[in-house]
Amino acid sequence: MTATQFVFLLTGAVTLGAALLVVLSPRLVHAALWLILSLAGTAVLFVLLEASFLAVVQVAIYIDAIAILIIIVIMLTRRVMIRGEAQITRNWWLGAISALIFLGGLLVLLNMMPITAIDTPPTIADTNQLLEDLGRSLVDVDRFILPFEVASILLLAALIGSIMIAWPLSTRAEGEGDQ
Amino acid sequence: MIPLSWYLILAAGLFCVGLYGALARRNALAILMGIELMLNAVNLNLVAFWRYLTPNLISGQVFVLIVLAVAASEAAVGLALIISIYRRRSTIAAEDIDMMKW
Amino acid sequence: MQPEILAWLIPLPPILAFFLIILWAYRNNRLSHTIAVGSMLISWGLAMVLFWVAIRVEGLGHHPIVSSIPWLPTGETSLQFGILIDPLSAVTLFFVAWTCLAIFLYSVGYHNFGKRRDPDDRPGLPPKAGGIEPMYARFFAFISLFAFGMLTLVISDNLLLLFIGWEIMGLCSYLLIGFWYGKPSARDAMVKAFITTRIGDVLMLLGLAYLYSATGTLNFRAILFDEQVLHSLVETPSVIGGLSTAGLIGILLFLGTVGKSAQWPLHVWLPDAMEGPTPVSAMIHAATMVSAGVYLALRFFPLLTAGWHEGASLTPTMLVVASIGAFTALFAATIAVAQVDIKRVLAYSTISQLGYMVAAVGIGAFVAGAFHLITHAFFKGLLFLGSGSVIHGMEHGVQHTHEHVDAQDMFNMGGLRRKMPITFWTFLIGGFALSGFPLLTAGFWSKDEILADAYGHGYLVVFITLAVAALLTAFYTMRQISLTFLGHPRTDAAKHAHESVWTMTLPLIVLAIFAVGVGWVGIPEHFPVLGGLVPNWFHDFVGGTLIEHPHALDFNPVPLIVSIGVALGGLLLGWLVYRRVPAGVPDPLQRWLGPIYTVLKNKYYFDEFYHFLFVRPAYWFAETFTYRWIDRGLIDGFLHGVGRTALRVGSFLRNAIDLPIVNGLADRFSEGVKWLGRTFRVVQTGRVQEYLIIGLVFTGLLLSYFLLVQP
Repeated sequence: MTATQFVFLLTGAVTLGAALLVVLSPRLVHAALWLILSLAGTAVLFVLLEASFLAVVQVAIYIDAIAILIIIVIMLTRRVMIRGEAQITRNWWLGAISALIFLGGLLVLLNMMPITAIDTPPTIADTNQLLEDLGRSLVDVDRFILPFEVASILLLAALIGSIMIAWPLSTRAEGEGDQ
Repeated sequence: MIPLSWYLILAAGLFCVGLYGALARRNALAILMGIELMLNAVNLNLVAFWRYLTPNLISGQVFVLIVLAVAASEAAVGLALIISIYRRRSTIAAEDIDMMKW
Repeated sequence: MQPEILAWLIPLPPILAFFLIILWAYRNNRLSHTIAVGSMLISWGLAMVLFWVAIRVEGLGHHPIVSSIPWLPTGETSLQFGILIDPLSAVTLFFVAWTCLAIFLYSVGYHNFGKRRDPDDRPGLPPKAGGIEPMYARFFAFISLFAFGMLTLVISDNLLLLFIGWEIMGLCSYLLIGFWYGKPSARDAMVKAFITTRIGDVLMLLGLAYLYSATGTLNFRAILFDEQVLHSLVETPSVIGGLSTAGLIGILLFLGTVGKSAQWPLHVWLPDAMEGPTPVSAMIHAATMVSAGVYLALRFFPLLTAGWHEGASLTPTMLVVASIGAFTALFAATIAVAQVDIKRVLAYSTISQLGYMVAAVGIGAFVAGAFHLITHAFFKGLLFLGSGSVIHGMEHGVQHTHEHVDAQDMFNMGGLRRKMPITFWTFLIGGFALSGFPLLTAGFWSKDEILADAYGHGYLVVFITLAVAALLTAFYTMRQISLTFLGHPRTDAAKHAHESVWTMTLPLIVLAIFAVGVGWVGIPEHFPVLGGLVPNWFHDFVGGTLIEHPHALDFNPVPLIVSIGVALGGLLLGWLVYRRVPAGVPDPLQRWLGPIYTVLKNKYYFDEFYHFLFVRPAYWFAETFTYRWIDRGLIDGFLHGVGRTALRVGSFLRNAIDLPIVNGLADRFSEGVKWLGRTFRVVQTGRVQEYLIIGLVFTGLLLSYFLLVQP
C-alpha cells in the first residue's frame, strides 16, 4: 500500500473509532472530547482530499465553535445528569439494528453504483486558483450569491432564535418553569 | 490510489454511527453530538464526490460550506433549545420530554 | 201587465225578504219586520189583482192562466216549470194571501215589538217578562220563507214544483216549531214534526215517481185534464193486484196528505207543534201547511176519483181516503174534548176539520171540500191568533202577579171577556164558525155542504161519523170559550189580563169579517129562502176546475136539520156544563167519563205506542247498531287496526331492523374506528427518537423499493 492509503486508513480508523466512542461513552464530557477528535480526523481527511480550505473551516467551525458550545452546555446542564444512570434509552437495540441495516443498505447501494470504483481522482488544473475561485464564486451574481445570502440570513435567524429561546426566564416564569 | 468507495464507506460508517447515537442515547446533548457526526459524514461524502468527479467545478465546495453553515446554525438553535428545556423541566433526557403524545 | 207575469212575481217578495233579512237586515228589528210585512203586502196585492183578473175569465177551468219555462234539459225534451192559475189555485191563493198577511202583521205585536229587550232573556227561550223576542228578525225571515213555499206550491203547474214548495214548508215548520230551541220539548217537537211528515213525503215521492214513469210527465193539465191519460191510468193495473195504476198513485199521493195534514195515523206531530210561537201555529195549521195537504188532494181529485162518477160506488182509493178522513174527524174531536191547553184544543180541532175535508174528497165532493178548506183557513187562523192574544194577556197577568201558573191552561183563565173584549168577540165568531153556527158563519155553509153531499149520495157511515164529530166540535168549542172567557177569573193572573196591541187585534178583526162573510159566496141554489138570492158563485167557479162540472145537489132537509141540530145542541151543551166552573174544581167531564177521560186526555196513548213501536227501535238502531257496532266497532275498529298494524310494523322496523342493523352497523363502525385509534395511538409516544426510528425504517423501505425493485 501507498503512503496516502496508509494515512487514509489510519485517519479513518481514528475518526471512526472516536465516533464510536462518542456514542458509547457513558460520561458526556468524554463523549464531547471524543467528538472533537472525530471532527479533527475529518479535517485531516479533507486535507487528503485537497480541500484544505474546508479543512481549516471544519476545524474553525466545528471544533472551535460547535464542540466547545456543546461542552459549555454540558456544563450548564450538569445538575441533572447523575452518574450511574443509564445513558442509553430503553429501546437502544432498535436504534442499533436500524443503523446496521441502514449501513448495510448503503453499502449495497454503493456496490451497485460503478462510479464509486474510481481509483484515481482526476487532476486539478490549478490548486492555488481553487481558493480564489471559491471566494469569487460565493459573491458572483451569476453563481452562488443566493445560497450565500440565504445562508447568512439563516445564520442570523439562528442567532436571534437561539438568543430568544435561551433567554433566561423572568422571575415569575422561573418559579413556574422549575417543575 | 484511494478508490472513491473507501471514502464513501467511511462516510457511511460515520453516518450510521451518528445515527445510532441519535437514536439510542438518552441525553439530548448526546443526540446532538450524534447529529453532528451525521452532518460531518455528509460533508465528507460531498467533498469526496467533488474531488473524484468534478474537481474543477467549485460548486462541490460551495455545497459543503453551505452545509457547514446550516449545521452550525442548527447546532446553535438546538443548544439553545436544550438550555431552555433544561430550565423548564430540569431534565434533558429525550425519553422524559414526551408531552406531544396521545 | 199580463196575468202570467203577476203569477210569477207573487212568490218573489217573500223569498227576497228572507234573504235580505238573514244576510243584512237582521240586526235591525224594525227594518226586518218592515221588509217581511212589506213583502207579504206586495204579494198580497199581486195576489188580489190576479184573483180579480182570474174570476173574470170565462171558463177559467178550460182556459187557465198558464206559463212555463224549460228548466232541466232531459234528453230531447226538458222538464218544464210553470204556473197554473185555474179556479182552485185562484181561491187558494186568495185565502193564503189574506191569512199570511194577517199572521205577518200579528207577529209584530205578538213578539212584543216596541218593548225593550229584557237582559234576562236568552235567544232560544221565549221572553219571560214581556220583553221583545231576542230572535225577532230571524222569525220574520223564517215565516217569509214559509210564505214563499206555500205561494210556490199554490201557483205551480206540475207536481215537482209543488213538491219543492211542500218540502220548503216542511223545513220551515221544522225551524219554526223549534224556534225556541232552548226548550227541550220544542226540540223534540220539531224533530217529531219533521220525521212524521217525512214518512208521508217519502210515500208521496214514490207516487210522484210512479206517476212520472206511467205518464212521462208531471204537469197537472197534461194528466188531470186529459180524459185519455186518466182513462189509461185507470185501465192499466198497477204492481199491487186489484189496484189500478191511478188507484195506487192516488193512494201514495194521498199518503203525503196524511202526513202533511196530520190525518190518522200520522197525526201525532200536530199537537206537539204547538211548542212553536202562536203565529207559527196559525201559519202551519190554518193558513199554509196543512192546507197544502188538502190542496194536493183537491188538485189530484181527478186522479183519486178516476174510474168513478157520481152515483157509483166508491173506488178502493176513495174508500181509503174517505175512511181515513171520517175516522180522523171523529177521533181527533174526541181527544179535543179532554184537553186543557187552549192551543191543544185548537190543534186537535184542526186535525178533525182536515178530516172533514179529506172525507169530502173521498166521497167525491170536490166543491164542498174546497169550500171547507177556505172557510176553515179563515176561522182557524182567527182562532189561533185569538188564542195567542189570550195567552199574551195571561202572561202579562202572570208577570204582574208573579204567580207561577201555566198561562195556556184554560182552567186558569175565566172571565176574560171583560178584560179582552176584542179578542173575546172575534174568538166567539171564530168558534161559532168552527161549530157551524147556522147561517151567520162561514163554517156552517161549508160543513153543511159536506154533510149534504154525504147524505145525498148515500154514504151514510160517513154522514153519521161526520155528524157526531160536528156535535163534539161544537161541544168542545163552547167548552173552550166558556172556560176562557165566560164566568169569573179563576186565578189572579186572569184578573190582571189586558187587551193586546192593535197589531194583534186588527188581524183578528179582519179575519173575523171573513169568517162571517166568506160563506155567503157559496150558498147552495136550492137552499130554502136564501138559495137563489145570490148565485152560488163558489160552486160555479171552483167546479170549473174539473173536466166535468159537478152537479149541484138537490136540496134535502135531513142533513140541514142534522147539521143545525148538532151545532146548536153541542154549543148549548158546552155552555151548560162549563159556564160556571169555579177555580180549583177539576173538569166536570172527568167525573162523568172517569177512565175514558184519562184515555182521551192522553190521546189514546198513541204517542206512547209509536214511541214503543218506532222511536225506541230507531234509537236502538242508531245508538247500538249503527253507532256502537258499525261505526265504533267496525269502522273505527278497522281504523284502529290499521293504526295498530302500522305501529307494529313501525316498531318492528325500528327494533328489529333499524336499531340492531342500521344503528348497530354505524355504532360498530365507529367503535371499530375508535378501536383502531386506541390501538394505534400508542405509536405516539412523544419521544423523538422513536419517531426517528419509524421514519428511518420507512425511508429505508421506500428507498429499497425504489432502488431495488424499480430501478
